[in-house]
Amino acid sequence: MTVSLVLVVIMSAMYACAVYLLLERSLTRVLLGFLLAGNATNLLILIMVGEAGIAPIYDESVDPSEYTDPLPQALILTAIVITFAVSAFLLALIYRSWRLANADDFSDDADDLALREGTVLIEAEETLPEASTTDFPLDREDSR
Amino acid sequence: MFVLLVLFGIVALLLPALTRGLKNRVFLLAALVPFAAFVHALASGPGILAGENLAERAPWVPQLQLTLDLFMDPLAWVITLIVTGVGALVLLYCASYFTPESEGIGRFAATLTAFAGAMYGLVLAEDVFLLFVFWELTSVFSYLLIGHYQGRKASRGAALQALITTTLGGLVMLVGLVLLAHQSGSASIPVILATAPDGPLTTTAIVLVLVGALSKSAILPFHFWLPGAMAAPTPVSAYLHAAAMVKAGVYLIARLAPGFADVASWREILVALGLATMILGGWVALRQTDLKLLLAYGTVSQLGFLVVITGWGTRDAALAAGALLVAHALFKSTLFLVVGIIDHGAGTRDLRSLSGLGRRAPVLAGIAALALASMAGLPPLFGFVAKEAVLHALVVDARDGMALAAIAVVGVVVGSALTAAYSIRFFWGAFATKRDVEDVAALDHVGPGFLFAPAVLAIAGLALGPLAALADAGIAPAAAELPAVESASAEAYHLALWHGLTLELGLSLVAVLAGLAIFLARESIARLHARVHSPVSASELYWDAIGGVDRLAVRVTTLTQRGSLPFYLGVILVVFVAGTGATLLIGSSGLGEVRLWDTPAQVAIGVVMIASAVAATRAQKRFTAVLVVGVTGFGMSALFAIMGAPDLAITQILVELVTLIAFVLVLRRLPAQLGDRHGSTRRVLRAIIAIAAGATMGVIALVAAGARTEQPISRQWPELAYVIGHGRNTVNVALVDLRAWDTLGELAVVIAAATGVASLLFIRGRDDALPRPARGAVRRRVEQRLDRVREQGRPGEVRNAWILAGPSLDPRNRSILLEVVVRLTFHATIVVSLYLLFAGHNLPGGGFAGGLVAGLALVGRYLAGGRYELGAAAPVGAGTVLGTGMLLAAGTAAVPLLLGADALTSAFVEAELPVLGHVEFVTSTIFDVGVYLIVVGLVLDVLRSLGAEVDRQGDPVERAAAPAEGARS
Repeated sequence: MTVSLVLVVIMSAMYACAVYLLLERSLTRVLLGFLLAGNATNLLILIMVGEAGIAPIYDESVDPSEYTDPLPQALILTAIVITFAVSAFLLALIYRSWRLANADDFSDDADDLALREGTVLIEAEETLPEASTTDFPLDREDSR
Repeated sequence: MFVLLVLFGIVALLLPALTRGLKNRVFLLAALVPFAAFVHALASGPGILAGENLAERAPWVPQLQLTLDLFMDPLAWVITLIVTGVGALVLLYCASYFTPESEGIGRFAATLTAFAGAMYGLVLAEDVFLLFVFWELTSVFSYLLIGHYQGRKASRGAALQALITTTLGGLVMLVGLVLLAHQSGSASIPVILATAPDGPLTTTAIVLVLVGALSKSAILPFHFWLPGAMAAPTPVSAYLHAAAMVKAGVYLIARLAPGFADVASWREILVALGLATMILGGWVALRQTDLKLLLAYGTVSQLGFLVVITGWGTRDAALAAGALLVAHALFKSTLFLVVGIIDHGAGTRDLRSLSGLGRRAPVLAGIAALALASMAGLPPLFGFVAKEAVLHALVVDARDGMALAAIAVVGVVVGSALTAAYSIRFFWGAFATKRDVEDVAALDHVGPGFLFAPAVLAIAGLALGPLAALADAGIAPAAAELPAVESASAEAYHLALWHGLTLELGLSLVAVLAGLAIFLARESIARLHARVHSPVSASELYWDAIGGVDRLAVRVTTLTQRGSLPFYLGVILVVFVAGTGATLLIGSSGLGEVRLWDTPAQVAIGVVMIASAVAATRAQKRFTAVLVVGVTGFGMSALFAIMGAPDLAITQILVELVTLIAFVLVLRRLPAQLGDRHGSTRRVLRAIIAIAAGATMGVIALVAAGARTEQPISRQWPELAYVIGHGRNTVNVALVDLRAWDTLGELAVVIAAATGVASLLFIRGRDDALPRPARGAVRRRVEQRLDRVREQGRPGEVRNAWILAGPSLDPRNRSILLEVVVRLTFHATIVVSLYLLFAGHNLPGGGFAGGLVAGLALVGRYLAGGRYELGAAAPVGAGTVLGTGMLLAAGTAAVPLLLGADALTSAFVEAELPVLGHVEFVTSTIFDVGVYLIVVGLVLDVLRSLGAEVDRQGDPVERAAAPAEGARS
């Protein structure tokens, strides 16, 4: 099986741009990176088709090896629609984030920051055996 | 035995409910269960002692050779009697200890009963793993019982400490048990003992098991949890920490001794740690002022004693160990129960505050005296008989010149002296009349019910002394598996009060006298206590370790949890590049063959796509960025077309359009400029990671292609699709028939995403409040609006309603051209979408493409007429459309099952119909209709959420009606 070098180059470039965008803090850019990564991944599957053939519309007179491999196509088709569904969801998230926080970027987790700065204290529950000398502390107060 | 075990569980579950009516009398009911087990064991006694073990077998997980086998041999029998007998008495005692008003009685009774059941199972388990399960259950129930007073910090801390210590030991033990079971080839205890494997691995296994046993029995260096556990209610201490749970470790040692007493380091470990524990425990007990703590350290000491003799490994030692075990259970439970009565009446257990109790509560004092005498080893009590037996077993071996035995004898005598001393101290502390201390008056009337349990236990300890022969008959069979020492007197040793004037008797006398001397010199001892401080305390070490773990956890958390998503993603990508890159460099089978291109057109498309992708990273405006990303999508579509994938090309173009529109719908509410606040940080680093990741993906593609050696399975697909699936379009047949399971899963994802979109936008309810309808209502509303518009517009102007909601729009926002085009094309587009749907089986198209086209038709209606138009165009909710689609798809999957075929099996029907002529129908088309509906539903959900609902939230009128939510328009 041979692969088309041009497709590999396009795919790598798209992945690189996608990752660059995904590492952003702007939610919109992250979503754009997600879309690019989706396209790049579809391209990766497409590369696995091998050489281009004719469309897999069955014709008795065509030799089976002349069709383009239909299996990757089926995978890509579902992937395209899922990418759309998920990006619609991400869009809704972005809109919601904008409405509620007026922000299009995500900030660092406040709890993690607090822990790092030592503002959160964690104490073990320590006890000594001598802690109590009766099971009936209330009764004792009554009897005295 | 199974029945009883299950009974424990059922009663424990029922008790909390029964408590509502029975109050503290619930304990009387609970006591019946261990009592039944006790009676059952007693009745089985003659048979078991005669050598007929009880056994009940049931499979559990046969694949792992796990069984639910129970067996009761003489050793298990003795321990069962203790566990169930003391358990029943303690539960009985609880009825007096707790008042009807006490909190949490039901929970307490249930847990204690469940604990008794777990202990019962532990003793009877034949399989080491079953034993382990019960072992851990006792730890868990012990945790709940120690922490019974949930409101007290000391209780919770002590409970956790006991749990951590014993489960840590338990885990170590599990490793040992696994090793042991693996080496013997069976998890059955009798089989393990019979094979008794040997070698360094066995030694390791045994040491690991001993760690578990010693931690459970509170032996140095794990002893500290037991005094802490005194935070439990006193009945718990009397049962768990005197008779039952702490004896589990001793039981396990006794169980394994016949097979492994001669394993290297077994005896040395047990004797050294046992003696150290015995002496240390006794010494610390002398310092205690809390009676319960005094008993706790005394228990630690006695457990050390028990471990020494149990692990010794001769027949006489095992007999002595059995006797000591019984004696200790009897006297220590009694003493704890006595302390409970004192605490209950006097409101304190501090011996500095107690005075005159001997006179005021003579019966109680008498009971305590019997138990203390047994503990100190005074004749004629059973404690004395047991200690004589212990000394005998050790002295015999010491006489044979065994150095360890001589050390053990000396250690035991020292320990016994301390035991005698703190026994006397207990009696003095609890019952003596002290100067300067007011008499405690509250104990004048202790009910017979309260005294019953300690009295029975104390009298049993008294009776077994003279009846030592009876005890011998009961315990000796349990010791029979161990080798007798041959050089000793020809006769086997028997438990008895009087063996003549022996060395053992002399040693006992020495110990008791020394104990008396230590007690009399208590002032000097107290000064010594004050001066001598242990440099390290195991309890402090424990808390240091726990604190260290906490600090380490915080440090690891702060190191790894940076709270920054780009950071996490960056780390993941770097690991991906490094890990995958290294694997590819080392282990790759070579790259695939490369050709430059299929057609030069690919190069041109590629240049455009790469340029667009790079532009997307540089874009400063949202719409620019979205558009250039869209260009890569259209490029994809072109590539698909060139590669012979028309279905993909069509679908990709349609999806790009819908995506673009969805983006526009949302982005109109966001500022045009892309946030640059964080955009410029670490550009170089991000670029490096990005390029590395992209390059790695490229190499992966090349290597993956090179790794393919076989013909793809899908070579056969086009023909199969036609013959089996009755469709010429292989990709479509694959989606709805050959690989329909995949599609079904994907549809579920789409529905989840669509619902997610809706739920993010419709905050106040899934109902989208669109005036959908009732066209008459729309029309009325439209006319009202129209009237308003007319007033503003030029007089006399008449506007036609090309689309239903057209007149409802502000004239400034209307585009007549768009309205006309939508009006003319909408129905045609729907027809095209249906054509694509049904033709897709043989020609490019199918449910996905058709659904998207129909979705675009709806988009047109929305763009032209706004949300009212959308409501009119799609009179059913998106949820209904999605649900119907899923129903069809899932139905296609499920119906063949009812007909006895595999799920998703398609059927083919062809017929000659009068008008239509030759008609073919494949059931997978129904599946495709489901796909179509779900895609339409998805687009509809996007439109009514990101479109209509965003409109509504931005509409000043609507916002005035609901001002509570949202910050800006």
